[in-house]
Amino acid sequence: MSRTTLDLWVGVFVAMGIAALLFLALKVASISGSDIRSPYTLSARFDNIGGLKVRAPVKSAGVLVGRVTEIRYDNEHFQAEVVFSVDGRYKFPTDTFANILTSGLLGEQYLGLDPGGEEKALAPGDVIKKTQSAVVLEKLISQFMFNKAADGEQAPAK
Amino acid sequence: MGDVFRKLGSLAISGVWQLGFIARFFVLILRYSGQSFMRLHLTIRELYFSGVLSLLIILVSGLFVGLVLGLQGYEILQRYGSSEAMGTMVALSLLRELGPVVAGLLFASRAGSAVTAEIGLMKVTEQLKAMDMMAVNPIARVVAPRFWGGVVSMPLLAALFSTMGIFGGWLIGVVFIGVDDGAFWSQMRAAVDFRYDVLNGVFKSAVFGVAVALIAVFEGYDCVPTAEGVSRAITRTVVSSALAILALDFVMTSFMFRGL
Amino acid sequence: MSEPLVRLENVRFAYGERMILRDISLSIPRGQVVAIMGGSGCGKTTLLRLIGGQERAVGGRVLVDGQDVGGLDREDLYTLRRRMGMLFQFGALFTDMTVFDNVAFPLREHTDLSPELINDLVLMKLHAVGLRGAAQLRPGELSGGMARRVALARTIALDPMLLMYDEPFTGLDPISLGVIGQLIRRLNNALGASSLIVTHDIQESLQIVDYIYFISEGRVVAEGTPDEIRNTSDPFVHQFVHAEADGPVPFHYPAGDYATALVGGAG
Repeated sequence: MSRTTLDLWVGVFVAMGIAALLFLALKVASISGSDIRSPYTLSARFDNIGGLKVRAPVKSAGVLVGRVTEIRYDNEHFQAEVVFSVDGRYKFPTDTFANILTSGLLGEQYLGLDPGGEEKALAPGDVIKKTQSAVVLEKLISQFMFNKAADGEQAPAK
Repeated sequence: MGDVFRKLGSLAISGVWQLGFIARFFVLILRYSGQSFMRLHLTIRELYFSGVLSLLIILVSGLFVGLVLGLQGYEILQRYGSSEAMGTMVALSLLRELGPVVAGLLFASRAGSAVTAEIGLMKVTEQLKAMDMMAVNPIARVVAPRFWGGVVSMPLLAALFSTMGIFGGWLIGVVFIGVDDGAFWSQMRAAVDFRYDVLNGVFKSAVFGVAVALIAVFEGYDCVPTAEGVSRAITRTVVSSALAILALDFVMTSFMFRGL
Repeated sequence: MSEPLVRLENVRFAYGERMILRDISLSIPRGQVVAIMGGSGCGKTTLLRLIGGQERAVGGRVLVDGQDVGGLDREDLYTLRRRMGMLFQFGALFTDMTVFDNVAFPLREHTDLSPELINDLVLMKLHAVGLRGAAQLRPGELSGGMARRVALARTIALDPMLLMYDEPFTGLDPISLGVIGQLIRRLNNALGASSLIVTHDIQESLQIVDYIYFISEGRVVAEGTPDEIRNTSDPFVHQFVHAEADGPVPFHYPAGDYATALVGGAG
């Protein structure tokens, strides 16, 4: 095997390998970093985040606008603090409402943003005041049972 | 009873000794790599022997693994009525585990053993000594190019393996079974993350490449210079490479996908 | 020029506990061909490895062109080795290259000569060993004698000052043996080099060398010019030259009394 044909084969091999990597990167995977451009950071405090995880999507009106970057426990307020990055193209008013929602009945949890009516937009680093915690199924059920029981107790008295 | 402990003890000591030796050899390779990069055609030649010549087995095995994954994936997923998710299953299992690991095992037995045999035979026929006497460092001239050839080939081969596997899964799912083409790809894209799945897989295969290439050149260079010694060295290359790949895979997986 | 090219002073060497060389002093004058002889396994090859710097002496000094080989670091050693050539027992040709590339190897590694110049030099070296026509063959296609001649051409590619031969006559037919012998002598004179041959082929050596050392049990036991050797009365040399089975070099490996071993072995 002479040098030139050998070089050609190696060239073909490397080109094929790089093409395969590109295929995996562009066709098979979605690049989580690239759909969020020039992000800025916001945070919100919740009483209970349920099953929310780092890298969970942040959506507004169903559109992906950012991702959760950090979750920590705030020992001053005894609340969970969720830090997330938002695409720089999108601005949200200061009275935006942050919810922890679930996609489908048993799907993953995500952070939903409901914009309010304020003129002023949230600046990078701001904390969202209005939040609603995750719906925890056990709590919901026990609440329901408690109410039922309370109803049942009252019924015979009347 | 005491005999067993004594044996275990000496086994452990020789293992540690071997590990130190291989680490020193690795440092030597890195130190003399500069010289071999100056003359790139040496490494390109080794890319041919370890990469191009492994291409066929990698592509064919990748295809078959993908076909099997497609069949098994469909069989399981259709029970839950979510056969569209088979693209996701095939892609994730290939990218995260099967691609790097199976390609690594194939690479060790195809290219690693060949490198060990070649260097071992050069040692038996005194070619390494002759080179050293001609004031040409065998580590720079013979070992380092083979090492880097393996290190560069491995991630490319693993990527080709995964690509062929996904193609195989697509063939089974979309062409033969009739899963919707759009759903197959869009579900896959939604679930597969570039950084967490693709890059981690590439990183794994690069680590396997370093491990296999290092074991292969070391066993060849360190072999007892007889016909029997070379054959033992080849066996050791395949066995230790396989163990190294599986152990490293466990360690890396537990770091990469913790809490996800 | 009176200072010899290679001088060994009271060299001792051991592989671990096993003593190989006990006390060796010898010298290779410039321009001469010197042979070192001795039975198999007496440490002749070790001597070459000491001079080439592949092993370090436990005691004594190995001087090559005034430099103490044992005290050199890797870089200085490689500088020195470029001026040494060693011919290995079976040639040690690079099996993945053609004959031409084998001979060109040291030139390509150590010089920046143009491809045309390298081509000319390689053909000249191959011509000197009579194998210019075999340039495009592979080492596997050569006979043992031809392989050794190619290796010789490769050894002299950089015009070394010292040529070392490890058993150059082993396993050759009488014609090839004569060819190699004559080449060793001719190349030494043509290059103005000095040569050291390690061998146990006494008849061939007596015809081409200037001086002979005999080594046994790690010591120099006899030395002299070929004429002195032929006419010596030294019993060891006599046994060696005339290939007698028993003599100062015993036929039997050291053992206990034969009769005792046979009778006592049963009990």
